[in-house]
Amino acid sequence: MIRASLKSLLARRVRLLLSTFAIVLGVAFVTGILMFSDTVQRSFVALFDSTVGDSVVRPVNSDVAQQGAVFSTQTVPASLQPDLERLPGAARVDGMVSATGVYVLSTGGKVVGGSGPPAFGGNWNDAPAGHGLEGLVILDGHEPHGADEVVLDESTADRAGYELGDKVSIVTATQTLDVHPTLVGIAGFREGGSLNGATYAAFDTPTAQQLFLDGKDAYTVFWVTARDGVSQEELTEQVAAALPEGYEAVTGDDAAEESAGPLLSGIGFLTTFLLIFAGIALVVSSYIIVNTFSILVAQRSRELALLRALGASKKQVIRSVQLEAFAVGLVGSTLGLGLGVVLAMGIRALVSSIGLDLAHQPLILAPRTVLAAFATGIVVTMVAAWLPARRTGRIAPVQALRDDVALPESSVRRRLLLGVALLAAGIPLALVGLFVGAVPHNGWWVGAGVLAVLLGVTAASPVIGRPFLRATGAVEARAFGPMGRLAGQNSLRNPRRTTATASALMIGLTLAFTVAILGSSAKASVDKAVEDNFIGDYVVSSAFGEGFSPAITDRMAEIDGVTEVLRQRYGFGLLGGDEDDGLSIVATAPETIGDFHLKAVAGSVSDFADDTVLLKEDWADDHDLGVGDTLEVTLPTGAKKWRVVGVVEDSPLVFSPVLTTTQTLLDSGFPDQDNYVVVFADPGATGLQERLDAVVEDLPVVTVKDQQAFAAEQRAPIDRIIGIIYGLLFFAVVIAVLGIVNTLALSVIERTREIGLLRAIGVSRRQLRQMIRLESVVIAVLGAVLGVALGIVFGVTLMYALRDQGLERISIPVVQLVVFLVLSLVLGVLAAVFPARRAARLDVLRAIAAD
Amino acid sequence: MTQEGAVAARVQHLTKTYGTGETQVVALDDVTIDLMAGEFTAVMGPSGSGKSTLMHCLAALDTADSGSVMIGDQELTVLKDKALTRLRRDAIGFVFQSYNLVPTLTARENILLPLSIAGRDPDREWYDAVIATVNLADRLDHKPNQLSGGQQQRVAVARALVSRPRVVFADEPTGNLDSASGAEVLDLLRRSVDEHHQTVVMVTHDPVAAAYTDRVLFLADGRVVDELRDPSREQVLETMARLAA
Repeated sequence: MIRASLKSLLARRVRLLLSTFAIVLGVAFVTGILMFSDTVQRSFVALFDSTVGDSVVRPVNSDVAQQGAVFSTQTVPASLQPDLERLPGAARVDGMVSATGVYVLSTGGKVVGGSGPPAFGGNWNDAPAGHGLEGLVILDGHEPHGADEVVLDESTADRAGYELGDKVSIVTATQTLDVHPTLVGIAGFREGGSLNGATYAAFDTPTAQQLFLDGKDAYTVFWVTARDGVSQEELTEQVAAALPEGYEAVTGDDAAEESAGPLLSGIGFLTTFLLIFAGIALVVSSYIIVNTFSILVAQRSRELALLRALGASKKQVIRSVQLEAFAVGLVGSTLGLGLGVVLAMGIRALVSSIGLDLAHQPLILAPRTVLAAFATGIVVTMVAAWLPARRTGRIAPVQALRDDVALPESSVRRRLLLGVALLAAGIPLALVGLFVGAVPHNGWWVGAGVLAVLLGVTAASPVIGRPFLRATGAVEARAFGPMGRLAGQNSLRNPRRTTATASALMIGLTLAFTVAILGSSAKASVDKAVEDNFIGDYVVSSAFGEGFSPAITDRMAEIDGVTEVLRQRYGFGLLGGDEDDGLSIVATAPETIGDFHLKAVAGSVSDFADDTVLLKEDWADDHDLGVGDTLEVTLPTGAKKWRVVGVVEDSPLVFSPVLTTTQTLLDSGFPDQDNYVVVFADPGATGLQERLDAVVEDLPVVTVKDQQAFAAEQRAPIDRIIGIIYGLLFFAVVIAVLGIVNTLALSVIERTREIGLLRAIGVSRRQLRQMIRLESVVIAVLGAVLGVALGIVFGVTLMYALRDQGLERISIPVVQLVVFLVLSLVLGVLAAVFPARRAARLDVLRAIAAD
Repeated sequence: MTQEGAVAARVQHLTKTYGTGETQVVALDDVTIDLMAGEFTAVMGPSGSGKSTLMHCLAALDTADSGSVMIGDQELTVLKDKALTRLRRDAIGFVFQSYNLVPTLTARENILLPLSIAGRDPDREWYDAVIATVNLADRLDHKPNQLSGGQQQRVAVARALVSRPRVVFADEPTGNLDSASGAEVLDLLRRSVDEHHQTVVMVTHDPVAAAYTDRVLFLADGRVVDELRDPSREQVLETMARLAA
């Protein structure tokens, strides 16, 4: 029996190949994503472990600013070093200088990186990281000495196009730094690995202090390295005891976790996100595997009936089908694993477009990944084969003797009922997840609901799709004559098969179109927000909100045609010192507060002065604060108490609920930098953009934008994310298109005799190809129509649920809708190429004789 | 319709072999036949005698190694696939042993299929005549699986006749039918010859079927070995017995 089923498997190589392909793709997707996320995870853990010493000495509260991604100006004095070195547990003490926003310009004058990952600058030293871990080492060249030498990390030097001996351009947004040192060394990790897209420029210590710490003899932190046998905790206790007021010591492990935490949770999100797509790919490939096996079993039903007639039991027949599934699953998983490695490289390239550069990270193939690949491949295939296998049990032995064997099929009505039941369960699930805020894990509710709806539509699709198939059949008959009519009839011949094939495409396109709606709505909302809130004529800011020198604002204020400039700075604190209650703060100069045209609902805007705040109305109400009350905030320099002098109506010009003065923020340990400047212009002024641009000419990071450019800048990240999602969904669509190829190729094999007959009575090869092509197009278009329709439902519902979160506009991208439909036509035509050629090449005589 | 006495199809020195060396089989060995217009011809012979190969070559489904095949005055051996397809569509009608209807089409659509493929409108009068002859007027909107074997084969005959081909080829058209249904189909072919001067060539094993024809050609080992005119069942049986001996 086993031999018989394996033989029959091998005898149908083409079918085997086709059914294996769907599994290969599904498994490849899962493998690729798991490999990629392992690689990301490990690279970051390794990276952060190498950026801390055994014990880290820093100013108290320096983690406050770090949490808000704002760097504080607080330092530790160099004079602490001798005391620390005398500690019994300390092997060595190294002072570290580090700063962010230190950009390396490429040989072409462009900022390297800078679109997400940070740009670091600091002092070079060879201090070992925690647990004796080797940090960055000089791979080529030598350490920097003196003001004119710099070391870059390998990837940065590479991307910028610098080689040893070249003059490197390094700038900051503050314009406090504009130097051109010589590249004397290339740094990297000895065992591979990279900074994941971040850039690093290192000078010798005096130069770094000069450049980044205003020449103070101080450091950002100290690394204290433990002697052998001294634990991080013991060492940190000793260090803490030796520190004066205002400084603290934390273990390297804690410090690494602190700085890696937010990033890793972001990475965790990315992994979850990718796994969702792996799940989608698996669902889509399951459809195709189920479909393929249904067809295979249907075609073998005569052979299986013969086995039954010869005395094989029901169980044996079912087992032989499942054995076949197991074999196919095994082969598919193995090939899928291999393709997954290639895919992981593809994903690595894809995410580099959002700045996560992992090109230098070796890919990690964990045993878990291998296990997952085989488990999914084999389990999915066997489960997928179970349904048709069960039906084979119902083939009566007598059918072996009949000419046309029809596999017993469950009635379409039962499918419809199943579909309706799934929809009835899925719709409320999704709606509860979306609209009832109180349920926990509402993401799961939505996900389960969406999956149920997709499966429900699939189950009901033979019924839903029938009118569509009839209509397209009529259209094709009219447009393409007899071959069109034949194609239309063929699509209706087995509506379940046609619609199941279309459903696989439907899933990919549903999600793609949902994303298209989300994207276009988000962009419309951004446009609206910009339109409503854009005040003044130009905005000056850097791409990621980093600060720049106030001198720039000063120079702009003096330009002819500029009537007024409004500056804002950003700060970050913890409300009442609570770690979980971060608060963003905006600051401006008291003398320009009148230009914000704020409307006070309590107190007075004119009382605005140092150590006072203005609060936005809603926020003040929520926190039960009024004029005369005190706001307690913990900042890099410690806890502060600010007096509330006014409560104002919401204003689009003020980005945070708390507004204080520039000097107050400076006193709290934030750098002297502007973050966001609004320029008002004389209506008659011409060529102003050019004159403003000239001011920031040497600062590629800072840009001057009018309303349109500002809106475009805000939209850009949305496009990037949509691009990545499209890239991932592309795989789901590829699987679905292969599903169409599969179904058509198998149905051509099934219809061999009929095709022979058509050829015999005078159908030309061209006409035959046209027929298959039309059948394919019907499937593809059905999938696209269902997909786009569901996508609109999902997208609009989702946008409606999100309307309170600033996404007020619901926009259905008509152009994309048309593109999707046209694309599906093209996909249909492409999917038909192979099956049509196969059909056209059939030998007429042999086809007629085929059984 | 072709004239009485004219040649509807002709093969000359037709030779075809399968395989090489030891396993070589000569399917057709220098066969020369004229098939007369308006005649009902049967081709008989034991399995492997070459009768099917002969018909496939005549019907532009297969090619011979040497010799010539003509349908009317068209030489087939010089034609490419496209032209052969067109010839099959316009000049040849087929009836197969297993009914070979397109399952998705109704009886009417199956009958009209060759014409609609060619993009021609049916000749109304001729179509009605064919439908009347095959006696299927009340079954035209049924799908093949709603028809009996005999009815399906009659649809197949109607399909072969409707485009008014020069020759209708029938490959054991009664092989899958009971004797009553078989008789209906043979009667139908006979009447198409008598009433409409259709040329029909039929491959068969069955002496009863052969008795419906005007002329029987006997093949053995790829050669025409005997011929009967206006045969009776007994004559056919006699000849077969003599050839087998």
